[in-house]
Amino acid sequence: MKFSEQWLREWVNPSVSTEELCHQLTMAGLEVDAVEPVAALFSGVVVAEVLSVEPHPDADKLRVTQVNVGEGEPVQIVCGAANVRPGLRVPCAMVGAVLPGDFKIKKAKLRGVPSNGMLASASELGLVESAEGLMELPTDAPVGTNFRDYLQLDDVTIELGLTPNRGDCLSIAGIARETGVLNHADVSGPACEAVASSIDDSFSVAINAPEACPRYLGRVIRGVNVAAETPLWMAERLRRSGIRSLSAVVDVTNYVLLELGQPMHAFDLGKLSGGIQVRMATAGEKIKLLNDTEVELDGETLVIADGNGPVAMAGVMGGSASAVGDATRDIFLESAFFTPAAIAGKARRYGLHTDSSHRFERGVSPQMATKAIARATALLLDIVGGDVGPVVEVCSEANLPKAHPITLRHARVTRVLGTEVAKDSIEEILCRLEMKVESVDGGWQVTAPAFRFDITIEEDLIEEIGRIIGYSNLPSIRPHGSLTMGERPEAKLSIADLAAVLVERGYQEAITYTFVEPKMQQLLDPQRETIALANPISADMSVMRTTLWAGLLPVLQHNLNRQQGRVRLFEYGLRFLPQGDGELVQDNVLAGVVYGEVLPEQWGSESMKIDFFDIKGDVEAVLGLTGCVSDFAFRAESHPALHPGQSARISRDGRDIGWLGALHPSLEQKLGLSGQTFLFEIESSAITSGNVAKFGEISKFPAIRRDIAVEMDRDISAMRLFDTVKSAAPDNLRNLKLFDVYEGEHIDSGRKSLALGLTLQAQSRTLTDSEVDSAIDAVVRTLANELGAKLRE
Amino acid sequence: MDELTGLVSEAERLIAEASDIQALDQVRVHFLGKKGSFTELMKGLGKLSAEERPAAGQAINQAKGAVQQALEARKQTLKDEVLHARLESEKVDVTLPGRGQQTGGLHPVTLTLQRIESLFSQLGFSVAEGPEIEDDFHNFEALNIPETHPARAMHDTFYFDAHTLLRTHTSPVQIRTMKQGQPPLRIIAPGRVYRCDSDLTHTPMFHQVEGLMVDENVSFAQLKGVMDDFLRNFFEADLAVRFRPSYFPFTEPSAEADIQCVMCGGEGCRVCSHTGWIEILGCGMVHPEVFRHVGIDSEKYTGFAFGLGVERMAMLRYGVNDLRLFFENDLRFLQQFN
Ligand SMILES: [Zn+2]
Repeated sequence: MKFSEQWLREWVNPSVSTEELCHQLTMAGLEVDAVEPVAALFSGVVVAEVLSVEPHPDADKLRVTQVNVGEGEPVQIVCGAANVRPGLRVPCAMVGAVLPGDFKIKKAKLRGVPSNGMLASASELGLVESAEGLMELPTDAPVGTNFRDYLQLDDVTIELGLTPNRGDCLSIAGIARETGVLNHADVSGPACEAVASSIDDSFSVAINAPEACPRYLGRVIRGVNVAAETPLWMAERLRRSGIRSLSAVVDVTNYVLLELGQPMHAFDLGKLSGGIQVRMATAGEKIKLLNDTEVELDGETLVIADGNGPVAMAGVMGGSASAVGDATRDIFLESAFFTPAAIAGKARRYGLHTDSSHRFERGVSPQMATKAIARATALLLDIVGGDVGPVVEVCSEANLPKAHPITLRHARVTRVLGTEVAKDSIEEILCRLEMKVESVDGGWQVTAPAFRFDITIEEDLIEEIGRIIGYSNLPSIRPHGSLTMGERPEAKLSIADLAAVLVERGYQEAITYTFVEPKMQQLLDPQRETIALANPISADMSVMRTTLWAGLLPVLQHNLNRQQGRVRLFEYGLRFLPQGDGELVQDNVLAGVVYGEVLPEQWGSESMKIDFFDIKGDVEAVLGLTGCVSDFAFRAESHPALHPGQSARISRDGRDIGWLGALHPSLEQKLGLSGQTFLFEIESSAITSGNVAKFGEISKFPAIRRDIAVEMDRDISAMRLFDTVKSAAPDNLRNLKLFDVYEGEHIDSGRKSLALGLTLQAQSRTLTDSEVDSAIDAVVRTLANELGAKLRE
Repeated sequence: MDELTGLVSEAERLIAEASDIQALDQVRVHFLGKKGSFTELMKGLGKLSAEERPAAGQAINQAKGAVQQALEARKQTLKDEVLHARLESEKVDVTLPGRGQQTGGLHPVTLTLQRIESLFSQLGFSVAEGPEIEDDFHNFEALNIPETHPARAMHDTFYFDAHTLLRTHTSPVQIRTMKQGQPPLRIIAPGRVYRCDSDLTHTPMFHQVEGLMVDENVSFAQLKGVMDDFLRNFFEADLAVRFRPSYFPFTEPSAEADIQCVMCGGEGCRVCSHTGWIEILGCGMVHPEVFRHVGIDSEKYTGFAFGLGVERMAMLRYGVNDLRLFFENDLRFLQQFN
């Protein structure tokens, strides 16, 4: 809501500065978003009268004018505007004037003819963005008057960012009322006396949907002059409120909307037939609206219809067929009360939002229609003339909003605000807000005025009390409570713990959009169903990720394109997995992408590209935090996004929980990545629960280590080898270490050699050499039998 | 006696000449060994008379002691020289950079969230989470925002279908928490939220922290107290904080809190649109209608709730001037927070 401060002060004029006024409004919950001067700075402009207009001897488009500027001799000004004519009153920038943009007016010669000033358009004075021709002033504009004084331009436009509950402040009348309350100042607006009819003509009105439109007022005005000029004062007020002057009739309805908050509509009576019917639309009915769009109505939309069908979407926008136009002679003026429930959400449903729907859905006082039609009639008679018929009013009292008394308890005020407010202060505040207050035991029965749609419960009244006292004047205290110690399960890991391990290992955390490009998503997880947004911001942010890789890989690309050669990123967040049964799983995962060298470039260590085992080490470090390393297993399994020979499924206690591997070379190529990229992704719920450590006795007896090297088929996994060793070894195998893997010379192709270190130790005695020897022999025999492994000498 | 003096000076000469521990040891064997010169001399004592023997023995022992001492001293010198040479050879340029992995870092949004969580955890607030794909009930209805409510238009919601959407705020977590547990409740709910809006100052995804405290006598004055403390501790500055009436369908009374601009100290600058104030959070007393939706008796309990934008807090805290940087994940940006 934008308004002119001058206009407000005509209603209520407390002795506070503009700045204080704005502060008051903001602190009362009517937030001032902006304060702008109503016109840019300029000087040296006066009201002038064009005396004569002669053609320019050397230029077709220029005219030579003599202009009366009040004092002294007329001045000669060369002018190019098409609408310059003798008798016209215009703003004239005198020699020495400075116009917006620091444009100085000097004596000049235009094509050889001297020109001593400039006749100005509204845009040259910075009043509007663009204007055609000179700004035409009324014929009674006093020649010689300083133009700023004449238009009272030393004014500001105040813009309020009103919250949806304060529909009552969407008018000068409402803001004035609030300003009066805040300053204990009297408020007075223009008289809105009923205008008596001069003719008997009327147009019938019937309400078929009284619950949506409990009150409808209309009147006929015949013989209006639609070509009449809107008075400058009115056009200026509209301009300062951000509304363009269109035509006198429309301007008047807009003016009343701003002044009183009552949306109105004027129909061309000649285009209406039958009578007005306020009814719900029949589904499928069509109407062409004032904004030139045709909409198909649904059955829940309230319309104003005549004998031929809908002529307006009630409370939202009029139809173009019955709009007031250049040929209009007679009008039908509408002033109605539509309930918020009837209008709320309707405009939005059709992609519309108008000053009218904005007000009706927040609530317009049901009392205002009568006053507004009187005010509009009086203004119309002044400006466009005509003969007025009687006001036709249809009202369903039963459907008008009822004022329900609300019980307000003094103790509740104290409890909610946290401070006691004196009873008489509460009464005084509520009375100032035009509430009806009746004392009862322990509090009051309070009835809110009809224009306050936001006051329905006790808390609403408590807010009003706090608001008028001023939130700044309420105490700020620290809560007291019983000191309760919260649980801290030791076996539970936080995501911050896991992240810390990755950070230590050189990873940088990324946060990417959860909606990703469908193509990327499809490349990485082609078999998975996805869930797509109905209204995405753009096509490349339209499906919900099923893997965080869909967001991390573009970040990798982004950074590689910016000369980064080494990228290690992780992200934690939800993935979205639609299930076959229409259910959706949203679960948190921890994912990473790694590219480039193992270590940052440094002296004294050879640069080495990362491989599968570097990133596996990182993943194992994270899993290790659980303290349950043996729960986890990695097994070779292929994944559409991963290199078939370098991808592993991660499981915990046999349940699959994630993936680890190299990006598939064909994807590398599609994504334009020139080096190997490694990825991992693990369900976070599977790695945030661990063990509380449990102490085990330390043996006092020496440990004995034996190393063996075995040769076996290349395809036998290390994990199988370890499992076999463990199954064959005695209980006192303390430690099993793999310290070398070899393929190549001296070994048959298709075979590999693995070197193992076995450490044996007993709890209660020293092991003998022969015990150890026979244990190792047993292991070697089992390896030979089960895996075809051969001991290498 | 001359013989003894000669032997000592001979020993001293050889000791001085010994250039390493081995050579020195040979000298020791030569003089003090089982077959060494002094052993021989001691053996010769037997030829002397009983009267002469003690004096001669003492002289030999003295001379032997002198040689022993010289040997020890030389041994120490040689050891010192070895150590010194080793130290000299092992000298490094301590200004060369250290080796190994470089630590990474957390995203500034995470850092900010952790900071907020740690401040509230001191007051016994625990962290609650909720889904990001929400239903209409939790995101709107239960928060007293029915379908036709004008506040819906302010939310620019991303929809999947008529009832499924990306949560527009973290407030649904309030509902889920209150439905699950009974007061007293103290939670904060950090997380990603979504609005269908993208320009210089809006990203379609951002982070919020929702806070909720419900107990028998929670008041607006306490809300002010907690917010005052939080904002001053978060920014580590004795900032002015002001509360203005505002409107949220799920709180009543509702307020917005502004802090004195941290960029200009309240003087007025571009960041605060020359007002000296920066809008920082929305808050209020839990609306009785919300309590009704979750089955909490609003006569017995009162509560406050608040919500704040994490990116905005991070921008003000770290001086970041472009919101979009948070989701570009450019390493040159991220590494500034390591
Ligand atoms: Zn500032």
